[in-house]
Amino acid sequence: MSSNAAQKNRQKQAIGEGPITRAILIALALAFLGVMLIAPLLVVFIEAFGRGVGVFFDSLTSPHTMSALQLTLLVAAIAVPANLVFGVAAAWAIAKFDFRGKAFLLTLIDLPFAVSPVVSGLVFVLLFGANSALGPWLDANNIKILFAVPGIVLATIFITFPFIARELIPLMQQQGSSEEEAAVSLGAGGWRTFFLVTLPNVKWGLLYGVLLCNARAMGEFGAVSVVSGHIRGQTNTLPLHIEILYHDNKAAAAFAVASLLALLALVTLAVKSILEARFAGSLAAQRRH
Amino acid sequence: MSTPAITAQPDGKPPRAKWRRRSVLPGFGLSLGYTIAYLSLIVLLPLAGLAISAASLGWNEFWAIAFDPRVSAALQLSFGAAMLAAVVNTVFGVLIAWVLVRYRFPGRRWLDAAVDLPFALPTAVAGIALATLYAPNGPFGAVLENVFGVKVGFSALGVVFALMFVGLPFVVRTVQPVLEEIDRETEEVSATLGAGRFRTVTRVILPAMFPAILTGFALSFARGVGEYGSVIFIANNLPFESEIAPLLIVIKLDEHNYAGATAIATIMLVIAFVMLFVINVLQAWSRKWFGHE
Repeated sequence: MSSNAAQKNRQKQAIGEGPITRAILIALALAFLGVMLIAPLLVVFIEAFGRGVGVFFDSLTSPHTMSALQLTLLVAAIAVPANLVFGVAAAWAIAKFDFRGKAFLLTLIDLPFAVSPVVSGLVFVLLFGANSALGPWLDANNIKILFAVPGIVLATIFITFPFIARELIPLMQQQGSSEEEAAVSLGAGGWRTFFLVTLPNVKWGLLYGVLLCNARAMGEFGAVSVVSGHIRGQTNTLPLHIEILYHDNKAAAAFAVASLLALLALVTLAVKSILEARFAGSLAAQRRH
Repeated sequence: MSTPAITAQPDGKPPRAKWRRRSVLPGFGLSLGYTIAYLSLIVLLPLAGLAISAASLGWNEFWAIAFDPRVSAALQLSFGAAMLAAVVNTVFGVLIAWVLVRYRFPGRRWLDAAVDLPFALPTAVAGIALATLYAPNGPFGAVLENVFGVKVGFSALGVVFALMFVGLPFVVRTVQPVLEEIDRETEEVSATLGAGRFRTVTRVILPAMFPAILTGFALSFARGVGEYGSVIFIANNLPFESEIAPLLIVIKLDEHNYAGATAIATIMLVIAFVMLFVINVLQAWSRKWFGHE
């Protein structure tokens, strides 16, 4: 009996690791994640409250923080719906139809992921700056794009461009189009088919894409930094405001504002985890950011 | 995967457009038209603007900027640090993916969720947090400097640490689904045939994961090369020492040196596109050889 058990144990080890190896590997993974990811997150909240709750709330309610918050919300409120409409249109065209050049189109949609945030900002400076072809005309007509809200919105849309499309396309491809074809053959119009058949099938994936897009839109730093001009109270978003406070040696205030964005990140991750646990099937398996 | 329903038009005429298969679903023209128009306006037109600006520089000016010692040093740091960070992330990313997929332990779900933190946390927030941790008087920085004599904060090594933070989830999230799909039976076969565990892992499992690992490495590297927000806080941004290429673009812009900024951006962009191409080829390769994505 005991030799049989020993043999079973040996077999088990042959397709898995022994308990000691296991413990070491888990400990290593925990240690790395703890040091690399958890510690920075904890530091944000510890430093935010380090000078007391009073400083924390004063930093959050200061006029510059409030105006930065408003601008961040405004930018996200424009950028996310714009990319939502695009994401749905792109997913409908790519997932429901077969046409040539689809792979190429997908690569083009991925482009903003490959571009450095600073370069993403730079392209708009080159397009609308004083030295550009459009520059003098914009100036003559008193249209401000650069160092103003439109530039920040454009850079944010560019940066978050692929998020929702990338989430929806694999999901809608996976689901095929037989349900939509059935709806159309029963006489439903295109919009009706989309809202009553397609949308309910992809709503969780869509929500997840919107969340990711929103988190990035509110947190974008590099691209917005290049196009904003850092005018306090006017073109400062929350991440830019953090930088200014930090360099002004107001670390506690910087971390107080940072804790707002960290909280947004935590909410995003929490909703993502819940969605994945509950609707594993209706979220795309393959994912790239 | 969509199933084209009709290949000939109802009146018996042969299909008109050959570049796409016909479908009963409406909205192809509208959705594709909108997609291409929006893509062109938001992404392609601005990038084309950069290409035109770069082309108007001329070769001599372009190369003079590209081989300027300060620019070369910044590019070398960006690529070198991204490479180093991607290597570390590949080792630990595979380890973390392995632990998350193969083992069950308390808190595993939390750990799994935490991996995505760098995707969700704004880079400026990560930047000031890392700078505080690794500063010479910070909790990690003090230990590293006093015990190991290594200076991480406000040095080139700080760049590597910031890039490790932003790049880690790319490796884990690329390797994880592939590892989940690997057939345990092949491992059993390998074990039955007398291979030890180490041999099974290195000869059977790792080769099957190789395209995914390489893709994760490439994604982590590509992200690191362009990263700006998290780096500028933890590095002290000294020219020739800890000044990354994206920062140099910002500096050139502040100096109204548009030619300089354009040239550096073009070099980074070309390399980024090559990376994107390589990643796409890797994924196609992975699909073809191993049947998974």
